[in-house]
Amino acid sequence: MARLTEENVRLAREIIGRYPKPRSATIPLLHLAQEQDGYVTNDAMAHIGELVGATSAEVYGTASFYEMFKFEPVGKYLINICGTMSCALMGGEELMHHAESRLGIHMGGTTPDGLFTLEKAECQAACTEAPCLQVNYRYRFRVTSENFDTLIDQLQAGELNDEIPAHGTVASVRQHIPAERGVGAVAPEDVTEGPAWLDGKAAL
Amino acid sequence: MTSIDTNAESAEMPERDPNAVSITINGRTVEATKGELIIAAADRADEFIPRFCYHPRMSPVGMCRQCLVEVEGPRGPMMVVSCMTPVAEGQIVRTETPQVKRAQEGIIELLLANHPLDCPVCDKGGECPLQDQAFSHGAGESRFVEEKRHYEKPIAISELVFLDRERCILCDRCTRFADEVAGDPLISFTQRGNNTQVMTFPDEPFASYFSGNVVQICPVGALTAQPYRFKARPWDLEQRESTCTTCSVGCRTVVQSSRDEILRYQGVDSDPVNWGWLCDRGRFNFQSVNSENRLESPQVKSGDSFETTTWSAALDTISRTIRHAAPGSVAILGGARGTNEDAFMWAQLADAAGITMRDAQLDDGLPASIFAYPQATIDSAAKAATVILLAPDLKEELPVLHIRLRDAAEKKKIRIIEVSARETGLTKHAWRSVRAESGTAVTAVQQLFADSAVAAQLASGPVVVVAGRANLAEAAEHTMAAVDAVIAGAPSATVLPALRRGNVRGALSLGLAPQNGKDAAAILEAAANGQVDCLILLGADPMNDVADADLARRGLAGAKFVVAIDTFLTQSAAHADIVLPAAAYGEKDGTTMNLEGRVTNVVQKITPRGTSRADWMIAAELGFLLGHDSGVTTIADVQKLMGKKVPGFGTTTTSVAVKRDGVVVTIPTPTRTPFVAPSLTPRNSYEFRVDVSRKLYDRAVGTITSPALAGLSVGASITIHPLDLERVGAGEGANVRVSNSHSSIVLPVRSDEKVPRGTAVVPFNQPGADIRELVRHGDSVVDVRIESM
Repeated sequence: MARLTEENVRLAREIIGRYPKPRSATIPLLHLAQEQDGYVTNDAMAHIGELVGATSAEVYGTASFYEMFKFEPVGKYLINICGTMSCALMGGEELMHHAESRLGIHMGGTTPDGLFTLEKAECQAACTEAPCLQVNYRYRFRVTSENFDTLIDQLQAGELNDEIPAHGTVASVRQHIPAERGVGAVAPEDVTEGPAWLDGKAAL
Repeated sequence: MTSIDTNAESAEMPERDPNAVSITINGRTVEATKGELIIAAADRADEFIPRFCYHPRMSPVGMCRQCLVEVEGPRGPMMVVSCMTPVAEGQIVRTETPQVKRAQEGIIELLLANHPLDCPVCDKGGECPLQDQAFSHGAGESRFVEEKRHYEKPIAISELVFLDRERCILCDRCTRFADEVAGDPLISFTQRGNNTQVMTFPDEPFASYFSGNVVQICPVGALTAQPYRFKARPWDLEQRESTCTTCSVGCRTVVQSSRDEILRYQGVDSDPVNWGWLCDRGRFNFQSVNSENRLESPQVKSGDSFETTTWSAALDTISRTIRHAAPGSVAILGGARGTNEDAFMWAQLADAAGITMRDAQLDDGLPASIFAYPQATIDSAAKAATVILLAPDLKEELPVLHIRLRDAAEKKKIRIIEVSARETGLTKHAWRSVRAESGTAVTAVQQLFADSAVAAQLASGPVVVVAGRANLAEAAEHTMAAVDAVIAGAPSATVLPALRRGNVRGALSLGLAPQNGKDAAAILEAAANGQVDCLILLGADPMNDVADADLARRGLAGAKFVVAIDTFLTQSAAHADIVLPAAAYGEKDGTTMNLEGRVTNVVQKITPRGTSRADWMIAAELGFLLGHDSGVTTIADVQKLMGKKVPGFGTTTTSVAVKRDGVVVTIPTPTRTPFVAPSLTPRNSYEFRVDVSRKLYDRAVGTITSPALAGLSVGASITIHPLDLERVGAGEGANVRVSNSHSSIVLPVRSDEKVPRGTAVVPFNQPGADIRELVRHGDSVVDVRIESM
């Protein structure tokens, strides 16, 4: 259980600064919290609430809507095996069975050493490369039982550390965007004119 | 002489309102207002459209889809959700076509798919919108044969509210209420899709002062209140509409009972007052009426204990004591707990018997001349341009007034300017909020008014001052002088008195206001000096409520004979020579007056406990024994007499005549004299200025005798700024010595960065060491030293 670190609070404030309303930063900050601890802790949610001016319950309500935010510790490597149509036809089911027996856990479980968590995922938009999986949201295509085993061996040996960061997150929260290069979003209530593409015409 | 504002809207305009919109519902023409929703227009036209999520006092969300109706469009009839669609000129709405019926039946079937059919054991069964509308608008059969969704049931989401997620239909009423109305969004939809559920944050309960309202507005049995769970079936309840007298907002309620026991209060929507909402203290303190510790018969002191006696013997003793008392040595304290009739009859008795020492407040409010300023109403405050708060934290003391002002500020109808010693519940809704250390409100107001932006704001429209006793360790004159300072800067400002006790305005207006400046403090001082032969406590508990504990103790000890008329043997009643049992709320008829002067009725729903009597009866009986027969035998007699004697009261203010919204009565009050803030010696840098303020849950008798509320008080503590805590050198929660020249106590210390440097906040009347030991009446402010131990 941990609140955001001092360094991450600085980053959080910068992220909040990108939005006209602090609450808009809730999801990027949840990514930040997940990146910090591998999952979103209760303390982190309470902290995010303080930072954006929301109650912990509101942050939790938002966070729990999204399956990719975790509220329990997950392994260092989160393996999502696709189970949707193309992958299923191309051997996704068999791959899952193999993964389960190789790692000795069921889908949704985490290995006792805390290294791997297995999950069944919906379509990952790589149907031409079926069956596919993601490790910490980094793709592996046309996965067979053999190259799954190789992947696990490499991860265990730490050979892929450069390519696949621990608890990888999908969002680019680490980006520092200097204020002068930001979009400079305007608060909704401050918008007085229609969007530019309307070219001055009345909306609908 | 007397103006009675019946609160009626101005007469109908003859020409057509430019905002009027004419629509057709089921072939009938209905006049609506621009922006009004179809479902609201239909309600007014008595065309019922089924609904679950729609609530007229909250923003529409279109969650449940039950209110689908057909609206004629350019491409023929189309289905729209009537709670999200505003009316339009010439709109044709049909609510009962086969297509509408099919759609509504479909929605009911979907809502029932996962809803358990446990109506026979559900508290809501019998008054359940889902049950009722499944009958009236459902198909009667379900095609759903699969297993329903299952959750652990029920789970406590707070000390008072239980949640059964299986029954929930996700209408968003409770979560919307918590966010929009209460401003405590501590419950939220969590998860997604089929797993969506209302939930609190783990380990952070839904501890809102308004949590009971979500139980009332839940359209199914998902939310239930701990004090009412499994107590009754709705069809066994009898109810009468009444007014809550827990505080002086005067929320409209219904009192529901079964087998002569009060089982529930529900909020009733009174447009000028509470909009249907209640605070939890008002909603759940009915338990106090049913308490086993109620006084049931007159008691007479015998040695150190009490013996039961008869009414005639008790009243005889009291009348003899009064008759033999030295002239001007009888005093009446209290009366704010009872009805107008109670206060009036005691004032009549006092007038006849020459009792001039009287005060309905216990040195814990403001001088009665606060009513001599031009008066505002709750509605006029919520519609003003500027509301200036010189008041306690309204969320703690007058919770539903807080809701009304918060709503007006959130909807940008008003701008709030707050002058307070520390942050309150309305601070984050304020346009300007300045921290003024206790004793400096006048200067703060003057500085604020010198700001040109503030001056422009004050000039932009009506100004209302909400005035109350923010700090019990600060002389009331500071607040009064600050009100004068506001009036000096904004001469047309009106005043909304934020006095807390239930019928304090009624009691003060009907004759229980201090005479010749002899207020409760002066009376207690006189008693301490042996000048009071008979002290009558009319539902008053000075030992707990007078801010100067020493004065209360000396006063009660010095009074030669003390009569306590109360529902419980309070700490003060324990000092009495004779204790008379009083009928409680719900046990007597009458009227009450809220903080704006609005007269509404309170009703008898159950038989008074034991031989207890209404206060007015005791006054009438005592008057008879003293040779001042007022000739009244019924409540109607009392009201007839009031109509004759009190300007403003009459045939419109009887408990039969006043309807839901009541009538605002203006009773002429003596002209006011300007107040001067008492002088102030500067605070030493090592001392803290004490802010003693009330929390919603304290040791008030109605709260501690309600089991559901008794455990909710926060306990005595002293809160200072974190940097001050560092300076004191104590750890969070450690005991510290708090002392001044009067006394010294030990309190646990806490830190909060919202408390300004140099200020120490101590809640009033909490279990634990008593800060009142350090407060002396007549002190301008109270400064203390805090030392680690």
